[in-house]
Formats: sequence, C-alpha cells, structure tokens
Amino acid sequence: MSLIRKTAAELGELIARREVSAAEVAEAHLDRMAEVEPKVKAFLHVDRETTLSQARAVDARLDAGERLGPLAGVPIAHKDIFTTSDMPTTAASKILEGWRPPYDATVTRRLREAGLVILGKTNLDEFAMGSSTENSAYDTTHNPWDLTRIPGGSSGGSSAAVAAYEAPLSTGTDTGGSIRQPASVTGIVGMKPTYGGSSRYGLIAFASSLDTPGPFARTVYDAALLHEAFSGHDPMDSTSIDAPVPSVVEAARQSDISGMRVGVVKEFGGDGYQPGVLARFHEAVELLESLGAKVVEVSCPSFRTALPAYYLIAPSECSSNLARFDAMRYGLRVGDDGTRSAEEVMALTRAAGFGAEVKRRIMLGTYALSSGYYDAYYGQAQKVRTVISREFEAAYHQVDVLVSPTTPTTAFPIGERADDPIAMYLADLCTIPSNLAGNAAISVPCGLADEDGLPVGLQIMAPVLGDDRCYRVGAAVEQALESRWGGPLLSKAPAL
Amino acid sequence: MSAITRDEVAHLARLSRLALTEDELDHYATQLDAIIESVAKVAEVAAEDVPPSSHALPLTNVFRADEVRPSLTPEQALSGAPAVEDDRFRVPRILGEEA
Repeated sequence: MSLIRKTAAELGELIARREVSAAEVAEAHLDRMAEVEPKVKAFLHVDRETTLSQARAVDARLDAGERLGPLAGVPIAHKDIFTTSDMPTTAASKILEGWRPPYDATVTRRLREAGLVILGKTNLDEFAMGSSTENSAYDTTHNPWDLTRIPGGSSGGSSAAVAAYEAPLSTGTDTGGSIRQPASVTGIVGMKPTYGGSSRYGLIAFASSLDTPGPFARTVYDAALLHEAFSGHDPMDSTSIDAPVPSVVEAARQSDISGMRVGVVKEFGGDGYQPGVLARFHEAVELLESLGAKVVEVSCPSFRTALPAYYLIAPSECSSNLARFDAMRYGLRVGDDGTRSAEEVMALTRAAGFGAEVKRRIMLGTYALSSGYYDAYYGQAQKVRTVISREFEAAYHQVDVLVSPTTPTTAFPIGERADDPIAMYLADLCTIPSNLAGNAAISVPCGLADEDGLPVGLQIMAPVLGDDRCYRVGAAVEQALESRWGGPLLSKAPAL
Repeated sequence: MSAITRDEVAHLARLSRLALTEDELDHYATQLDAIIESVAKVAEVAAEDVPPSSHALPLTNVFRADEVRPSLTPEQALSGAPAVEDDRFRVPRILGEEA
C-alpha cells in the first residue's frame, strides 16, 4: 500500500522502526499535494524545502537514538490560524497577508516537539468565521468527494487535505462546529476537545470563550494520538485546564460499549434535516444498541435557541477580539499618506482588509454589546448559555453520551449559501450547543446519504473532560461500520 | 418595522472603525436586519432568574511569579510593523490639527 494511504499510527511505526524515513514519507505527501492541489486547493501555503528540512531533522533525531512520540516523522497539515514562526500566518484574511509571526503557537510547538512534520498551512473561512471555507480571502477549497461542493468550514482546508490523502492528520479549531462539520461532510473523523483541554496560545482569536483546537484524522485512533500530542495544560493560556485528563488514546483502543447509556437528543431532527442524513443517523443508533448500549431519548428544549444565542455571543467576542487589527503594529496598513489621522487609516485598513462576513459579525457584535441593546441581546444570550449548560448537565445524569447527526445536511454546492448568511449558519445547528457548554464532542463517519452519495457524520457528545467517552464510542462505531462496509468509508470516495 | 436602520448601521460602522461605502451600508442594513430578527429568538427562553455565563467553565484568576522571562526582542516585535522608526512603531498622527 502506498505511503499516503496509511494511517498516522502505521506511518509512525514504520518510521520508528526506520523502515522508511520521515523525509520519504514527507516527499510522498508533497508529491500527492502537487498532483491534487490544483483540484482541491486545501493549502494556502506550501514550502517543500521547509517541510523536507523538518523531516530530515526528525530523521536525524531518530537516528541519534532520541525517543520521540508515536507520531514522530508523521506529516500534518496545519490550519492557517495557528502561528508558525517559519511559515506565513494569515487566518485567510487580507489584513494579515504575508505576516510572519515572531513566535509559534503552543499547538505548533507541541507538534514540533512530538516530531510531526508540517506540510503547509491550510485554508479556512476568514478568521474561522463560516461553515464552507468560501469566506477565505484567498481561495475556495473543494470537497474531494465532489469538487463542486464545499469541504465544510471553517477548517475546510484541513478536512479536505486529510480526505484527499494529502495528509494523514491535520489541525483545526472549533468555535461553533468548525472541526466537526468539515469532518462530517468529508467523511473523516474530527474532534472538538473539552474547552480548555487544548491551548489557545498563538491561535488567532475569534471568540475566546468558545475557540478550541482539535484534531482531524482518517481513523478515531489517529485522532486520539494527535489529540494527546498537542493538548494538555499550558501556562500561556489562563483558561487552559490544569487537571489530569483521561487518556484518549487508551479510550480509542477500546471498542466495548456494552452497558453504556446513550441519549438521542429529541430536538435534533425533523424539518430542515435531509432524509438521507436522518436515515444514516437512525441506523447508527440501532448499531449502538446492537453493540450493547442502552439507548434512551432525552429532551433539551433550549438547544433550539442555541443557534441564536451563539450568533450573539460569538460576534460580540469577535468584535472585541478583532479590534486588535488596528493597522499600527502588524498586518495591513492602507491610506497612510501623511494627511490622514490614525483613526482614518484604521477605518480604511479594516474596510480593505476584512471580508464581508467578518464585517457583518463585527457590526453585529458591536450592536449586541451597545448600550440599550446589551440586556436584550448579549445579556439574554449569556443566560440562554446557562440554561443550555444546565440541560446538558441534566441529560448527563441520565446518560453517558449524547448523539445526533453532526450536520443537518451533507455537503452543499459551492455558492449555494454564499450570499445567505442565515442559511449558512444552519450548518452548525447540532454542533453549537457543545461549544456553549464547553463539552467534548466528536464526529465520526456513519455512511453515505442515499440522495447524493455524500458522507454523513455521527456526533457523539460527552460532558466536560469526558473526551475519552467520545473516542471510546467513536472507536466502537468505526469498527462495527468498517466491518459492515468492508473498509473505511473514504475508500468509497471517487478517485481524484 | 425593521430592527435596524441604515443610520444605525452607519453608526455601528463608525464604532467598528470600518470605512464602508454607501453600497455596503445598504447591503449590510438589509442583512443585519434579517440576522437581528433571527437572533432575537433568544428572548423566547424564560431566563429572568438565571445567572448569565460569560464562559463555559468556572474561571479563577491565574497568577504567576513576577519574574523576568525570555520574550520577543525589539527586532522580533517590530518585524511585522507597517512602519518603523528608531526601534518604535511609526503611526499616523493621533491628535487633530488644532491640538
């Protein structure tokens, strides 16, 4: 089997045994990227030499007998929202075009320490605001299953790169579903860790109380290996959790879920859900039952209000966070001709540097936070956030995990929702509640929709610090479905 | 009645330091009006006695020892600056002509 089809775990073992070098593995993936990038466009920045020199450095460390982790030498695609000192970092925004950060994000640093080899920086919706990657200021990424469709978003470059075998692993960030939804629509695994379980230091901020870095992979076990490699407490992020966490790698090795209590959230289904998505979801629930899980229906009525609450909280935080792009210290500056004031230069720069969705959200957030509207909008949304967290808590008294479809529909056509923000926001209907409550949640492939033959994702949600439950149930579902399908779902994807 | 007027959008754009064109103001007024109408559904949840959450998890202050630690050099800190003069960020004038 060619190197690009192997799992990250397999590659890590081959490299550790020195049967193949990290440089050869990197080269195989760079060649694959050269072949399919013109169609997929997952990457914003690729630099063959920087990547190969990283790989050769890992080879040298291994040859010198240094003991690195299980992913040493394995290539990874890195979302272009994490700072990298040796590659540009743009957040897919014109306001950061060409910016070379003077430091590495904690996630970047930990990837390097674990010996992972960064293949390049992947495309995203500008500042992670969107569900299709169409809001990138640079390029539109295409879904490897059907090049006329979106790869999800905001981490759409990262999902497409893994689904197209350009990389076995990639990083993402999930603020309202930006890992789980792209994983779902490209037929791969994507995990949003518990908020605070992975560091935000060096992650360009969108909504700080929600932003969570997490892994993409083609298998649940690979996702767990990557999760463990970059997560954990970081003194540089004051909201990072300083407590022992259960091993997700151990959990991903389990496939016994007999006796586990699984709750089906009543509110996720019905109008607006594609029949093929619901059909695959109901089959997955039956599968969980056949594996010995005890399935019950639970009701969380306020989840229906999670989407509006999110579209007040996230834009409010964004309007504050993006104030840092002031044209003074880094990034774009336009209109500084010696006659204009700093304030005029700032307003001209931000108008030129931010795209439409970012401007919409900044203004929406400014509105929700302004005096006279604060109580009715931002204040009320924060109360709804409390109610949603309480409903989760009540549900987790009855069950160990909750399940739902990851997204209401499969990948939609590029352009279909580009000018309709409200339709676009609906893609995150099922993923947002876990962000508001800070819970862990994973998306694993559960089949293809009958109508369009496109991937459907099963979302498995667990309480704060219950990340291991997501992996355990995810691994059980993956094992059972792959034996039914005779291989991974991705093997059914058309050749690129 | 619309939730937000074009004049209000112009005001928001000023507060947000976004120099929008007339066409953009029209466009965003329509879109923001629809979005605000849709997010106003948060009012449907009865939550008078519920405390607001600014965060998902309980937060406590995090302290560290007040010690000098390695940080960016002036060259690194200025490396992305649009304009630099004498090891400083060079910025357009901040005060008005009359000041």
